[in-house]
Amino acid sequence: MSSETKQILTTDGIPLEISLKKAERKNKIKAFLLVAPLLLFLIITYIFPIGEMFTRSIDDKMITNMLPKTFKSMETWDGKELPSEEVFASFLSDFKILVEKKEHGKLAQRLNKEKNGFNTITKKLFRQVKRNKIDETQSIKEQIMKVHKRWRNVEYWQAIKRTAPPYTSAKYLKAMDMYLNEDNKITQVSEDRRIHRILWLRTVEVAFFVTVFCFLMGYPIAHLLATLPMKYSNLLMICVLLPFWTSLLVRTASWMILLQQQGVVNDFFVLIGLVSDDNRPEMMYNKVGTYVAMTQILLPFMVLPLYSVMKTISPSLMRAGKSLGGTPFVAFWKVYFPLTIPGIGAGCLLVFILAIGYYITPALVGGASGTLISNQIAYHMKTTLDWSFASAMGLMLLGGVLVIYWLYNKLVGVDNIKLG
Amino acid sequence: MSKNTEFVKFDKVDKSYDGKILVVKDLNLNISEGEFITMLGPSGSGKTTCLMMLAGFETPTNGEIYLDSNPISNIPPHKRGIGMVFQNYALFPHMTVYENLAFPLRVRKVQKDEIDKKVDKALSMVSLSGFESRMPAQLSGGQQQRVAVARALVFDPAVVLMDEPLGALDKNLRESMQYEIKHIHENIGVTVVYVTHDQGEALTMSNRIAVFNDGKVQQLSSPDKLYEEPVNSFVAEFIGENNTFGGEVTDISKDVCKVKLQNGEILANPVSVTSKGDKTTVSIRPERALINPKDKMDNNQTGKIEEVIYHGDHTRVRLDLLGNKEFILKVPNSSNELDLKLGNEIKVGWNSQDARALDPK
Repeated sequence: MSSETKQILTTDGIPLEISLKKAERKNKIKAFLLVAPLLLFLIITYIFPIGEMFTRSIDDKMITNMLPKTFKSMETWDGKELPSEEVFASFLSDFKILVEKKEHGKLAQRLNKEKNGFNTITKKLFRQVKRNKIDETQSIKEQIMKVHKRWRNVEYWQAIKRTAPPYTSAKYLKAMDMYLNEDNKITQVSEDRRIHRILWLRTVEVAFFVTVFCFLMGYPIAHLLATLPMKYSNLLMICVLLPFWTSLLVRTASWMILLQQQGVVNDFFVLIGLVSDDNRPEMMYNKVGTYVAMTQILLPFMVLPLYSVMKTISPSLMRAGKSLGGTPFVAFWKVYFPLTIPGIGAGCLLVFILAIGYYITPALVGGASGTLISNQIAYHMKTTLDWSFASAMGLMLLGGVLVIYWLYNKLVGVDNIKLG
Repeated sequence: MSKNTEFVKFDKVDKSYDGKILVVKDLNLNISEGEFITMLGPSGSGKTTCLMMLAGFETPTNGEIYLDSNPISNIPPHKRGIGMVFQNYALFPHMTVYENLAFPLRVRKVQKDEIDKKVDKALSMVSLSGFESRMPAQLSGGQQQRVAVARALVFDPAVVLMDEPLGALDKNLRESMQYEIKHIHENIGVTVVYVTHDQGEALTMSNRIAVFNDGKVQQLSSPDKLYEEPVNSFVAEFIGENNTFGGEVTDISKDVCKVKLQNGEILANPVSVTSKGDKTTVSIRPERALINPKDKMDNNQTGKIEEVIYHGDHTRVRLDLLGNKEFILKVPNSSNELDLKLGNEIKVGWNSQDARALDPK
């Protein structure tokens, strides 16, 4: 109607929008090609492994593939009474194939995880099958039930049925010290076996306090860095960055030398008479060691964002605050501090996220009471080889970090972050 | 009620930052109540240091500063009750205009409705009513400037310091702000100490100007006196334009002296020369030298036109006169009957009273 809604044409008669798109297409392609290598790199090294981790953590296909006929025939079973002859027969036929492929051991292991006691009865069944003791013309149900009395127990058949779905949330529940019981209800494990929840809480606690300590120590340093004359601030900057240039292992090891019971710090305490020689405090292989070492290692991640924000705050603002009648504290609290919030947010988020997944330092100086969830993940990766469980815990950690990021965004706003 | 002429008093103030160089040397300066005084000088001349000492951000190395007869060296900045406008405004970027203005009142625990009233008044004074909820970043440079002025005045300080407040503005805005600040000063009668390196700014706004150089006040006087009667060659150079001749005094009486130049001789007003043989720099304002003077003048010379520059309202003519190739004349646009052509010889005259024989450069 009005001239504004009319299509605007260029002098050549091509609609302006199309002409603009054409002109910008080249630039867009160029820009994309520039980021393409990085994008590809990220997909290969980050997105894809995370996807892989996720599928691994919920994957339960192995047993689904081992007992295809059994699960098929179990579909009609109500799960209350012992299953029918047909189920037993298909189970035996599946089992025979497994014996041929020598995979019956894996089955026993998997079933035993679902319910204790499967190991023995699977072995017994294996021997019967090996010796061809089972007569397929007779009732297979009767014969299997005779192999061991547990085969007569409906709970074991229920356990088999529970393993039927190709996907499982068991690993996630396990990481929370919970499991699905016989009635498919989420249940807590008995109190003496709850280890993961303690680790999760301890991880969050350590990450939180390390962040607080880093903030308390980093804020004044960053302020000094931002306000000192160049020649001093450069020196101080090197002091802050020096840990960055030293290997993480070396730094952690030096903390071990400092903190151990016969270490430098304890010697000093004894020397000044703070503690008696035969009563040296444990400062390592517990939470204290983890706190001290992690705070020192993560401090630069707090100082640098704070520094970059403080550098942009004009010193005349504090002066203005004072000249307008604010005491130095009021000028700091009302003027300077609010302006550093973007740096505080960035620093805290950075330190917290790094701390929550920290591995080497707690592993070396943490001892039993100072290990974190990441150490548990490593344990399952390297020792028990339960990769799906490690994956599940890793993903939960990632989820936790995302939740924190989301919360931060809600409370402070991500636009308020300044990393440098 | 007579006004206190020593409302602010610098008494033998020295300031050194490194213990080797004095940035301010033996400064004695009295500022009377309600005065608009400008500290003018090139950068590094010590003027900002003086302002910072008055504000309390620097301490005098020696001497004392008095505010209303009370020594203030030991009073921290926030208790001095001095308003300050900073070079880059120093508005608090995370506060609205209202909060910025309310800050000095809130820290003084003023009642909420009283704050509203004062903020309102201050904003209307700088014609920014209705901008209360804006953030500083949403304001133009001139508006930020005015907020800064309003904030420095809102708590009714006895003295307001301004540290090159117009430096960041463009030329037109700077000029209109000069008048605005001047009018605000006239209306509320607050004592203003203004620091600038822009002589135009200083001349338009001030009651008195203190010209700083090398840590010392070179001259302290009203703008017109400063311009018409500079006491030394630095001031003459720094304020406005001037033509100079270096020479030697050959004869001197009470109010006229003879100065021998490299190639010629002129009569001058002996300001800082006392005896025969003194070296001197003679300074003449461009507008005091006339082409083809109708009145009788005691200096008459002939010069060759080297350059003619059209400036709209006037034309600048550069002459080669008595060996000075940079002799500038300002010819008003009304006198277009003159034949200003390159290479022409023209007659130039001036009164010996306007040719001030100052200290040698």
